[in-house]
Amino acid sequence: MERVESYARMVDADNGIIDREIFTGEQVFADELERVFARAWLFIGHESQIPNPGDFFSSRMGQESVILCRDRAHRIHVLLNSCRHRGMKVCLYDEGNTNTFTCPYHAWSYGLDGALTGVPMQKALYEDIDRAKWSLVEVAQMTNYKGTIWATWDPEAPPLLEYLGDVKEHLDLALDCRDGREGGSVVFGGVQKWIVPSNWKFPAENFAGDTYHNPSHRSVDMVGMGPNSQKGVQGRHDNRLSDAQHLWVSFPGGHAVHSALKPESNEYHPSFGDHTAVEDYFRDSHEKRKARRGDKARLQAFVGTIFPNTSYHGYLPRSICVWHPHGPQTTEIWRFFLTDHDTPKDVNTYLRHHYMRYSGPAGMTEQDDMENWNYATAASRGTISKRYPFNYQQSLNKTQKNSAIPGCVSEQVTEQNARAFYRGWRNYMTGAAWGDICAEAPSPSLQAAAGDD
Amino acid sequence: MTNAPTKERLPRNLDYYDLKNQAEEFLYEEAELLDQRHFREWLDLFTEDLVYFMPIRRNVKFGEHSARENTREEQDINWFEEDKWTLSKRVEQIMTGVHWSEEPLSRVCHMVSNVQIVDVTPSLDAPSEMTVRSRFLIYQNRVEYESYFFVGKRLDRLRKENGMWKNARREIILDQNVLLAKNLTVFF
Ligand code: FES
Ligand SMILES: [Fe+2]
Repeated sequence: MERVESYARMVDADNGIIDREIFTGEQVFADELERVFARAWLFIGHESQIPNPGDFFSSRMGQESVILCRDRAHRIHVLLNSCRHRGMKVCLYDEGNTNTFTCPYHAWSYGLDGALTGVPMQKALYEDIDRAKWSLVEVAQMTNYKGTIWATWDPEAPPLLEYLGDVKEHLDLALDCRDGREGGSVVFGGVQKWIVPSNWKFPAENFAGDTYHNPSHRSVDMVGMGPNSQKGVQGRHDNRLSDAQHLWVSFPGGHAVHSALKPESNEYHPSFGDHTAVEDYFRDSHEKRKARRGDKARLQAFVGTIFPNTSYHGYLPRSICVWHPHGPQTTEIWRFFLTDHDTPKDVNTYLRHHYMRYSGPAGMTEQDDMENWNYATAASRGTISKRYPFNYQQSLNKTQKNSAIPGCVSEQVTEQNARAFYRGWRNYMTGAAWGDICAEAPSPSLQAAAGDD
Repeated sequence: MTNAPTKERLPRNLDYYDLKNQAEEFLYEEAELLDQRHFREWLDLFTEDLVYFMPIRRNVKFGEHSARENTREEQDINWFEEDKWTLSKRVEQIMTGVHWSEEPLSRVCHMVSNVQIVDVTPSLDAPSEMTVRSRFLIYQNRVEYESYFFVGKRLDRLRKENGMWKNARREIILDQNVLLAKNLTVFF
């Protein structure tokens, strides 16, 4: 109870004041595992990683290892990777295909649905073990949304689509085909996994729409590594959003995105220099999406965070990133890169190369993010530094409603998204009911903005 | 190593050891340039058609290593799949002085060992290309307390251009699964 009050006090989202303790404290971290990660919907993997019966991919939920697998009836399961006998991991592989998960320790074996199928010398040693009670622990709920697999340990959690609410439309921008067909994305082989000395919330809030950190990427912008850079153009992005209204949008539940709205004409802007095949592909996809989606096609992806620890880059690069908590000051990052299932091979080659030099520990953009998240965490744990909270007051009263876009919308660079993320975090940490977590909370800043421009 | 040539072992004769000396000297000079932060000069050691490749490594079941252990060049996401242009962009980025993951510059030490020539064309006594296998241990020390070890194997394809050896292809096999470093800003 005492800790509930202190979490409410640490996050003053309405005034944009947040205590550093939430980024460094051991107790906070332990409570997060229980109150956030054991309740919220978490991203597990993609169905394209396990196309065939028997396929599995080892993933994580919070600090724990889980197995994503497909059984003989093609059903997908997410199972806790810990033997019910003495806890040994029943799967030590990153991916593969199998009939059973046989525990290396005493050889209990489990089926692809988690059922305990074999106990060595069962008759002689176990009088009447009820094997049905000793299956691998399965998540409470699992949902396949456009190929992405999500799960939660909480049987009371609302269904995934309700949990996402209106952020779904933005997540779709990453998951749908480039030409506007629904779904259809697949994951490239090769998931990047790396360890960063940072609290997991720094990257999560960064991807929720911290556009203000652009100066930290100055070096890559100076040398240029965008699609046009071989022609000497600086910067790291394509030209797609050059005429768009950028939008920062936050939602109940702590989700927040940075998207953009093209003008009504919604014209394609050439971006790919001499890469004609790539240019043709994106131009053609743009026109087809316009034809399919009409006015809705004006909405364009940039980045976003699905609370708590799943983020996406929606276009170029196009990826899903998961911030797995290892400790208050250690995060294991996983990145899955997306493409359409039917993208031509030469376009995929271009995309892979672009993704690899943009994102991840070898990414010329993201390397500088890692440095910031590392030392922001490190310099926040001092007795003195902890007395001084962080300022999240950027564009405090500038939130607007936009009739076309649900959610709290800002048309200028803002920390509204981070405030919404931490408002969500505070709800979980103070044990709020699901109804309150997912409710359209009237935002004080929204009311304040009513008279203002 | 997946792409290690399976050709017959070269004879250990004087021509072999002479060539191995040249390969070692090439790799040691390279390490020196990197450790002294002469990045632009380092780039000159590579041919214009360079491929610089480092796969991601997976934990896989016994017997599946050749099929699944390493991510594949030209198909999967890898740690590096670079050409000369992108590698030179990385060098330029460090030279901006505002590439925060290398500002201030890390202290880096490259150790190279186990150098062997595994293939030579057309012949040991008149070599114009050779494939060289080596091991590396790279120590990176960053800011105050950060230190990382990168240990693994390399396979280089050296080609003679205007009488000088240049590297046309580097395959780097880093012996890690989850990368135990926050960044890959060192050159391998
Ligand atoms: S721990 Fe798995 S069988 Fe004993
Ligand atoms: Fe960034």
